[in-house]
Amino acid sequence: MAVGTGRRRGKKSKVHFTKLYNFTCCRSSLKDEHSQIGQRGFSRSVHCNDPDNLEQLQLRYRDNYVSTTKYTALNFIPKSLFEQFRRVANIYFLVVACVSFSPLAPFGATSILAPLLVVIGATMAKEGVEDWRRRKQDIEANNRKVQVYGRNQTFEETRWKNLRVGDLVKVYKDEYFPADLFLVSSSYEDGICYVETSNLDGETNLKVKHALDVTASIHDESSFQNFKAVIKCEDPNDDLYAFVGTLCHGRQYPLSVQQILLRDSKLQNTDYIYGVVIFTGHDTKVMQNTTDPPSKRSKIERKMDKIIYILFSTLIMMSSVGSVFFGIETKNDIHDGKLTRWYLGPGNATVFYDPRRASLAAFFHFLTDLMLYQYLIPISLYVSIEVVKVLQTIFINQDQDMYFEETDKPARARTSNLNEELGQVDTILSDKTGTLTCNSMEFVKCSIAGIAYGRGLTEVERALAKKKGGGPPEVGDTSLDAEGSNAELVDTGRSIKGFNFQDERIMNGQWVKQTHSNVIQKFFRVLALCHTAIPDVNQETGEISYEAESPDEAAFVIAARELGFEFYERTQTSISLHELDRESGKSVDRSYKLLHVLEFSSARKRMSVIVRNPENQLLLLCKGADSVMYERLSKEAQSFKDATLTHVKMYAEAGLRTLIIAYRELSEEEFMSWEEEFLKAQTSVTADRDALVDAVADKIERDLILLGATAVEDKLQKGVPECIEKLANAGIRIWVLTGDKMETAINIGYACSLLRQGMKQIVITLDSPAVNDMENKGDKEAIAKASISSITKQIKEGLSELSSAKESSVSFALIIDGKSLAFALDKNLENSFLELAMKCASVICCRSTPKQKALVTRLVKKGKNRTTLAIGDGANDVGMLQEADIGVGISGVEGMQAVMSSDVAIAQFRFLERLLLVHGHWCYRRISMMICYFFYKNITFGFTLFWFEAYASFSGKPAYNDWYMSLYNVFFTSLPVIALGVFDQDVSARFCLKYPLLYQEGVQNILFSWQHILGWMFNGFMCSMIIFFLATNCIKEQSFRKDGKVVDYEILGVLMYTCVVWTVNCQMALSINYFTWMQHFFIWGSIALWYLFLVIYGTISPILSTTAYRVLVETCAQSPFYWMASLLIVVSALLPYFSYKAFQIRFHPMYHEIIQRRRLEGLET
Amino acid sequence: MSSGEGSSQPSSKKSRQPKYSRFTQQELPACKPILTPGLVVTTFILVGVIFIPIGLLSLSASERVVEIVDRYDEDCIPSDQEKTAFIQSDKTNKTCVRSLTVPKKMQHPVYIYYQLDNFYQNHRRYVKSRSDKQLRNPENEDLTSPCEPEARIDNKPIVPCGLVAWSLFNDTYGFSVRGMNLSVNKKDIAWDSDKNYKFGSKVYPKNFQQGSLIGGGKLDEKIPLSEQEDLLVWMRTAALPSFRKLYGRIEQDLEANEKITVVIQNNYNAYAFGGKKKLVLSTTTWIGGKNNFLGLGYITIGGLCLFNATTFIVMYLIKPRPCGDPSYLSWNRNPPGN
Repeated sequence: MAVGTGRRRGKKSKVHFTKLYNFTCCRSSLKDEHSQIGQRGFSRSVHCNDPDNLEQLQLRYRDNYVSTTKYTALNFIPKSLFEQFRRVANIYFLVVACVSFSPLAPFGATSILAPLLVVIGATMAKEGVEDWRRRKQDIEANNRKVQVYGRNQTFEETRWKNLRVGDLVKVYKDEYFPADLFLVSSSYEDGICYVETSNLDGETNLKVKHALDVTASIHDESSFQNFKAVIKCEDPNDDLYAFVGTLCHGRQYPLSVQQILLRDSKLQNTDYIYGVVIFTGHDTKVMQNTTDPPSKRSKIERKMDKIIYILFSTLIMMSSVGSVFFGIETKNDIHDGKLTRWYLGPGNATVFYDPRRASLAAFFHFLTDLMLYQYLIPISLYVSIEVVKVLQTIFINQDQDMYFEETDKPARARTSNLNEELGQVDTILSDKTGTLTCNSMEFVKCSIAGIAYGRGLTEVERALAKKKGGGPPEVGDTSLDAEGSNAELVDTGRSIKGFNFQDERIMNGQWVKQTHSNVIQKFFRVLALCHTAIPDVNQETGEISYEAESPDEAAFVIAARELGFEFYERTQTSISLHELDRESGKSVDRSYKLLHVLEFSSARKRMSVIVRNPENQLLLLCKGADSVMYERLSKEAQSFKDATLTHVKMYAEAGLRTLIIAYRELSEEEFMSWEEEFLKAQTSVTADRDALVDAVADKIERDLILLGATAVEDKLQKGVPECIEKLANAGIRIWVLTGDKMETAINIGYACSLLRQGMKQIVITLDSPAVNDMENKGDKEAIAKASISSITKQIKEGLSELSSAKESSVSFALIIDGKSLAFALDKNLENSFLELAMKCASVICCRSTPKQKALVTRLVKKGKNRTTLAIGDGANDVGMLQEADIGVGISGVEGMQAVMSSDVAIAQFRFLERLLLVHGHWCYRRISMMICYFFYKNITFGFTLFWFEAYASFSGKPAYNDWYMSLYNVFFTSLPVIALGVFDQDVSARFCLKYPLLYQEGVQNILFSWQHILGWMFNGFMCSMIIFFLATNCIKEQSFRKDGKVVDYEILGVLMYTCVVWTVNCQMALSINYFTWMQHFFIWGSIALWYLFLVIYGTISPILSTTAYRVLVETCAQSPFYWMASLLIVVSALLPYFSYKAFQIRFHPMYHEIIQRRRLEGLET
Repeated sequence: MSSGEGSSQPSSKKSRQPKYSRFTQQELPACKPILTPGLVVTTFILVGVIFIPIGLLSLSASERVVEIVDRYDEDCIPSDQEKTAFIQSDKTNKTCVRSLTVPKKMQHPVYIYYQLDNFYQNHRRYVKSRSDKQLRNPENEDLTSPCEPEARIDNKPIVPCGLVAWSLFNDTYGFSVRGMNLSVNKKDIAWDSDKNYKFGSKVYPKNFQQGSLIGGGKLDEKIPLSEQEDLLVWMRTAALPSFRKLYGRIEQDLEANEKITVVIQNNYNAYAFGGKKKLVLSTTTWIGGKNNFLGLGYITIGGLCLFNATTFIVMYLIKPRPCGDPSYLSWNRNPPGN
């Protein structure tokens, strides 16, 4: 990573400057907590509103000019040429082209150079066009206008690229931020503003940012004159969700990500803001985040390289044979001091033909032969494949059946390298939330004070009920109760997004009549207060909707609203609710003072707010996962603790996400002392600040009083069970890696038909009493030891169970939890674990961490050398996506991070079916056939040259005119093969989906097995023999026309070449079974082009056309013999393949051929 | 997507839905032929039925050709002398008389060919050793660079230069029947394109065969190249090491069993490299000269196709498993995972 080290070096030099600076200006205020400032990683300093400050200039921060292009005008030629010649084949052709200027060349230099230039030129043009598009975007971005506070104390318009660090800018509503800004103040009094970050992370909800109180008041243009401050902060990095810095403005103020507006995000619902530029250009977080799409190569391409090497060896072998024979024959030209073949002038020959230095001549001849037989190596293969793949991706992107209307997202193949790999996927590793499910949460159940509320049935419950009832495991049929619940919903007259809760006991204000109404009240207050959502009041209807960071939160706020606790206003310091009063039963407005928010993180698994209620009580309201919450509940016995736990377990089994709701009253003293500590932690500008904050937060989130638990349902995406079933039928193994509890995971497994009836489950878990006991004792070594032995034993049992059930057709499912997985991925165990897992049709890993996901992916990829596809939607899946052979990102709710690191982005899981079974299968078939055919056509052509050499004493005279040869790959055979690569279909999309097993052709790599490839090569070899030997035997010495003229060198060349062109093109027509007008046009057009070329080339001056001069018009066309010989040779060359194919289709058909047959016979409609 | 009703996107936003066209959805109308037994058998039979008559036709055409081939290189040299020395000497008498019998009536025109075996006119050094520009235009006389080693003599350009011209075949034949000379027409034995375009009508031979090493025939310096048809024929190099070249035509019928006396000037040195020289008299038909290969080839391929068709039908009768058997639709042979 040259870039990485370069950047680090850059940092070091900056450290130098800033140290100087620290001691001069801010020394007085330097205290312990700022010890990190000025150190490595935290050395940036920004003079707000003072970009011309000497010290600022000295720091030489980058300007705001952004370039995302791969090339510049200057380096385009050398750099793209370098890229081109990294391919072995291209180097070879370059060397050949260079040598072709020497007398060694068997043919003219231009005819060698021309195809190389065409091929290289085409690739470079493609690169250039792509880069030009990027450049146009850059120019547009760099020249956008922004208002900057200038020297004459007014705002002036300037271009983005002219911004400097420290500039004060004014950004209006709906404008993008030109750089990473520090928010000074906004059009709102309290200095808040709303930001949409969809360009960064795809989230379309609004985020609130707020200015520091100290700067929020700076509003009018004149007051900016006096606004001078220094921001000291972290160096540029790629973390979008963190910022460490302080503002030196009189005293020091801590800065957090709340004050930072990121480039490429958009100001909304706010008239304008003022901000100071902190990071410019490539230092901005969004630019630091742009990484090139991962460069992956498909297996087929890697295999293709091997074939190229085989061809190279063949080439070298042929050249060696040729040069040895040439050497011998040349030596014999002088025999016993007498000239034998005197007509070659051996007496005074140059070194290349000198019989007295025959071995040297043979060596030079070897080089000549290397050039002559270059047609074995398909020069246009790489560029054709690239063109084909780009077109294939266009088809993927344009597929209407993979377009998701709700989010307006079509499928997008971000790289074209992996199209054919999509047709070979053996194992799919899938995330659950947001991938299999919609990630739009619905509040369905809750347990308050030990009483379970909520009558709705979840999808999982329905699936389970079906399973118990022994009903048909068919999915997708709308069962009765599903219809019933729908009907119920219709009855109640309203369906609210995110809310699917049915219980007359507490709805419509009835909760006040419940015995535990005080607990219920507190419960819903927590739901209404403990969140970071923003209300959005519709001015016309008065309805309130919410912008929330996670769909769970939105579901809670909506649930609270529906039950009478309507959250309607949030300021920086307060939250206001319309509340149903318990005593009066009327709606009252209550405002809570918001003191602190202890934010949610995946490590903490909980969030809390500290509020002061209108009664002046201090409350800590907390919600979190049961695993972390239970240990934080107060030790005092609470009557409904166990009941709640049972409910939570029940909810988990029903596939619901549960959270524990609790609260605690704080005393003033306790709060004061804690707050002091907390602020200190928060203002510290160190790398471990987050850890410090967490530790402090941990101190107050204790002794909580349980209120109850919530359960939200994450609905399965549409079509998921059907899709999974199809993929399973296609013989693809599906692994689900989820963070859920085991019960949830298993039940989701049933709901999405990953686990089916009659499947045997093998469960590997460490949740046994023995291990739990030991965990309580806390002896880590003993635990590890016991765990390993336990897991070894479980894996062994699983394997024996599998082998005993070999005969029966029972399929198995493996379920393993995260803890066990950690041990199972150990070096010693991973092989047996993999063996077990590979024999199971479905695998579910629950409670797994992002890192484990990536490790599992690597294990499958490396262990069995199978093609893996990872699919996920969240940041936690990025590792997995990058590790897998193909990463598929779901462009869904959780942001763009997964999509940015994926190879293909789709909007819904169910599109995977079409992506793999249709596009994947087609692309695999197309590319593999295309490559095989390429080798075939070049071997056919290349070997005719070799046979001719045998009859020309291996002197290196090619059988054909120079230009016939150089145009072979470019004109006469290239277009049909591209048409094959782009358009061919063995069976239509409908049949691909109807017979998912067809997909196994790709998984087992039947069309690109060595057998298949060598078969094609052999076919080419045979065709070349048939063409050459039939042609030479047909024409012999005799006259070939009525007028007694005999065949010469030119005519044999034309005849053979005609046969080659006909043969390879007809071979193409024979081996495809899909002809649109385009196939017809290209195949027959290529043949016609050959004759056309002969006529045109034959009319230009004989100096240029040499042996092709009027050859068709004058000599060949008038001879019936020429046409008859062509027909005979072409039919003979095609006959072996045709016979083989006819018998093979009849008596040993491949899978797609069976389907084609059935379609034709009308068995399938 | 956010929760809440406010999330409905403004409808003014342009939809990114792919536009429908049969092309982008890969649903172009297509013809999807597959090799059904019917099609296969039909094709085989059709090819057989077409090829065999063509074969018979061309075979009969080839059989109608009357051809006399006489190898004379061995007989036309005294067996007691060293062959190369004999042929290279100016002093020796190289006249040789051969007698040929006409096997069947030969209708005019009867083409006269000379045939050389083991002569590599397709050798790279040989083929390249000529200057097309010089042959075409008298102004390009000096462009002799590709012609080494026969480019210049005493620094004067040789016209025509190069090994090809230098090694011009120079045996001559004289024919007589029943004591009467048969006239040999040597006009129009070369291709028109050679006469009219490749060889200039104003280019005259110069300094040709003046070197110490004499290759083959000499040229009359008064006749332009374009009219030296023997040279033109010779300079169209042959594709394979054994080849015939047109020498001339006899414009009268030759009756069966007639004896033709040929007086050969055996000048050309084919002995050094062990080549053979043959004199060939041949008539032509629409298919050209005598070569049964084409006809036999057609008959063989046609026969093979019929044979294939029969085999296919027989195999189909013995083992008539319907191809579309749905029980075959499984990968049971290779269950995934093993």
